[in-house]
Amino acid sequence: MGELLLARWQFGITSAYHFLFVPLTLGLSILVAIMETLYVRTGNETYKRMTQFWGKLFLINFAMGVVTGIVMEFQFGMNWSGYSRFVGDIFGVPLAIEALAAFFIESTFLGIWIFGWDKLSKTLHAACIWLVAVATNLSAFWILVANSFMQNPTGYVLRNNRAEMVDFGALITNPYVWHQFPHTVLAGFATGAFFVMGISAWHLLRKNHTDFFQRSLRLGLAMGLISVLLVSGVGHLQTQYLAKTQPMKIAAAEALWETADPAPFTVVAAIDQERQTNRFEIQIPGLLSFLTHNSFKGEVKGLKDVQAEQEAKYGPGNYIPPVTPVFWSFRIMVAAGLWLILISLLTLYLVRAGRLEQRPWVLKALVWTIPIPYVANLSGWIVAEIGRQPWIVYGLQRVEEGVSPGVSAGAVLTTLLGFTLIYGALAVVDVYLLRKYAAQGPVEAPPVKPQETAKEVSLWT
Amino acid sequence: MDLSVLWFILVTVLFVGFFFLEGFDYGVGILTPILGKTDTERRVLINSIGPFWDGNEVWMLTAGGAIFAAFPHWYATLFSGFYLALFLMLAALILRGVAFEFRSKDNNPAWRNMWDWLIFAGSLVPALLWGVAMANLIRGVPINGEMEYVGTFWSLLSPYTLVGGIAGLLLFILHGALFLTLKVEGELVNRARQVALRVGALAVLALVLLVALSYSQTDLFTRAGAGVAYWGAVVVLLLANWKLRGGKYGWAFGLNGLAIVLSTVAVFWGLFPRVMVSSLNPQWSITLYQASSSPYTLKVMTIVAAVLVPVVLLYQGWTYWIFRQRVNPKHLEY
Repeated sequence: MGELLLARWQFGITSAYHFLFVPLTLGLSILVAIMETLYVRTGNETYKRMTQFWGKLFLINFAMGVVTGIVMEFQFGMNWSGYSRFVGDIFGVPLAIEALAAFFIESTFLGIWIFGWDKLSKTLHAACIWLVAVATNLSAFWILVANSFMQNPTGYVLRNNRAEMVDFGALITNPYVWHQFPHTVLAGFATGAFFVMGISAWHLLRKNHTDFFQRSLRLGLAMGLISVLLVSGVGHLQTQYLAKTQPMKIAAAEALWETADPAPFTVVAAIDQERQTNRFEIQIPGLLSFLTHNSFKGEVKGLKDVQAEQEAKYGPGNYIPPVTPVFWSFRIMVAAGLWLILISLLTLYLVRAGRLEQRPWVLKALVWTIPIPYVANLSGWIVAEIGRQPWIVYGLQRVEEGVSPGVSAGAVLTTLLGFTLIYGALAVVDVYLLRKYAAQGPVEAPPVKPQETAKEVSLWT
Repeated sequence: MDLSVLWFILVTVLFVGFFFLEGFDYGVGILTPILGKTDTERRVLINSIGPFWDGNEVWMLTAGGAIFAAFPHWYATLFSGFYLALFLMLAALILRGVAFEFRSKDNNPAWRNMWDWLIFAGSLVPALLWGVAMANLIRGVPINGEMEYVGTFWSLLSPYTLVGGIAGLLLFILHGALFLTLKVEGELVNRARQVALRVGALAVLALVLLVALSYSQTDLFTRAGAGVAYWGAVVVLLLANWKLRGGKYGWAFGLNGLAIVLSTVAVFWGLFPRVMVSSLNPQWSITLYQASSSPYTLKVMTIVAAVLVPVVLLYQGWTYWIFRQRVNPKHLEY
């Protein structure tokens, strides 16, 4: 394998791995903050124990997110120095702001939150976790501003052999980010919510701490249901937006080789990228036109026509991304989303009817649903990133121009193996700890000694 | 003042802040398995930096982000050039970061021991590598006319850069030991003091050697201010040792911190206005003007920094105020 391919694998592996931890952080931080707020408002000790139980799982996950995030900031320079020189004038800015505006808040106030249970007033302590929650979501905004520039460059001119920023406002009002940011963050909320619902269901099946886990499950359900409904709504708008700005990505996600009006929605297809056709497909007539135009008539451009347009614009070359992974990832993401909507509606119905705990199969299904949002998150990113190929910055720089010219394939292979080994080992440790603490359940409050309660219940030992 | 010069100064400030703050938590990390004989003692040591280490590390991330935003060519050349060294540092930081969080989450002594040694190695490797990196920055590395690093991992290692690494390492260990004299209680303070006394003497030797070698290995002393800062670092380090012997730990900690600050300032002052020195041809050294972002980008970043940096300093300062007391072994979180 050459340096380029290895560098791409490294970016793919390290960012996908990092993004296993980020969505849970986005959602769970808010849920924990809500729990602690309920504790401050009501004084009910159950909410404090909830804060501490879910907070501990949050911290285990957060640590993994932090350390894998450091790699993200460094590897643009390490493996993609051509890219860094070309877009640093723009791309570096949201990264630096992310560190200044978000990482500092997250790390500092999380430190205060972990160690400050008996050093701050209840309200101030709860405010700390809210700052962490807001800052993690703010961090998502800034990194998505950076990613959106790669997807849909705005506010720049080409000057001095690079893209230079001329309009910071255009960078942060990029319509791409205002679709991608809510979609990503809401997906994170859903990840956190189904994590809480799944673990609660596991305990409810065993009749452990039923009051504790019923409350947890209901909180998760509220957040999960709202998030999955909104995330699919935003996803729909995003598809329509992409059909205009990145027609190649949509055509690849639909494996649509020829322009069609009305365009059918392809449910499954056997894709032949070389011959530029599908050997087999099952289609629903007119549905793709409806999804992109809200009408059963309307043209959707096919891969071949977009390729011809881009050749006319950018010169000869192959502008069609790998269709199979984009097509299937899109379907997996949508199917996962539909499953999440169905199961949360069913759970809502059963909770309202007071019959959830008489339906062990639903509780079991909730446990097995924990990984589903992760699957959706990763497939969504595969659509976004592989769908952008062969570009690293859409229309401005191709992936092969971005790679570091001075770094050898051997060096990239070394670090690729190194990161993969460390990440693999840490995955085992992380899953072990999450399972252990999730299964252990909340620690019972010790017998009340009035003047000492606040110190005694500390769980962080 | 040219905004790119301002940003060079800001990057220097970020590194100064980073070495001052993360310096002591590297030191504490290295000393944890050495000073801590029992599990509780080790936990006390780790908890002394518990609320701070992550926030301290963000200084490094911010410095990296600031270099990327303000000097893209510096970021690209430095990070792709110091490739394997950076990988080693990242690997160490990854393991160290999770080690703090995971270490006390299981009672198995083998588990805890493993994470303690990862905290040790994960702190030692970056503490050493930062010194090596700073020495390479000022000494110069093989950079060609296209701003590309053309050396290997081994070109970063030389007697001079290793002395730089060892000097940095010893300063950080001393910084950690002195920090501990202020943050722990009882027998641990004595042990920290013993280590500080020994490491302090070695640190003086290493720093004097580094400064002396810098006359022949670098052009740092062609900038008078840089030379003053470098020798100033030696002087305050001697003072730190003297205060340590007198049991004035607060003074010793502050003075050693000042030695770290001054030696960092010396390197960046010696670099100015270059950001990467080419050992192949002085003409190929990259200046901050060549490396910098457009004036518009620097203006945006200056406004952002002017608004956010004071706020960050305020709340980080507040953390140190909240956790100003010595660690109570009865209330350990990590």
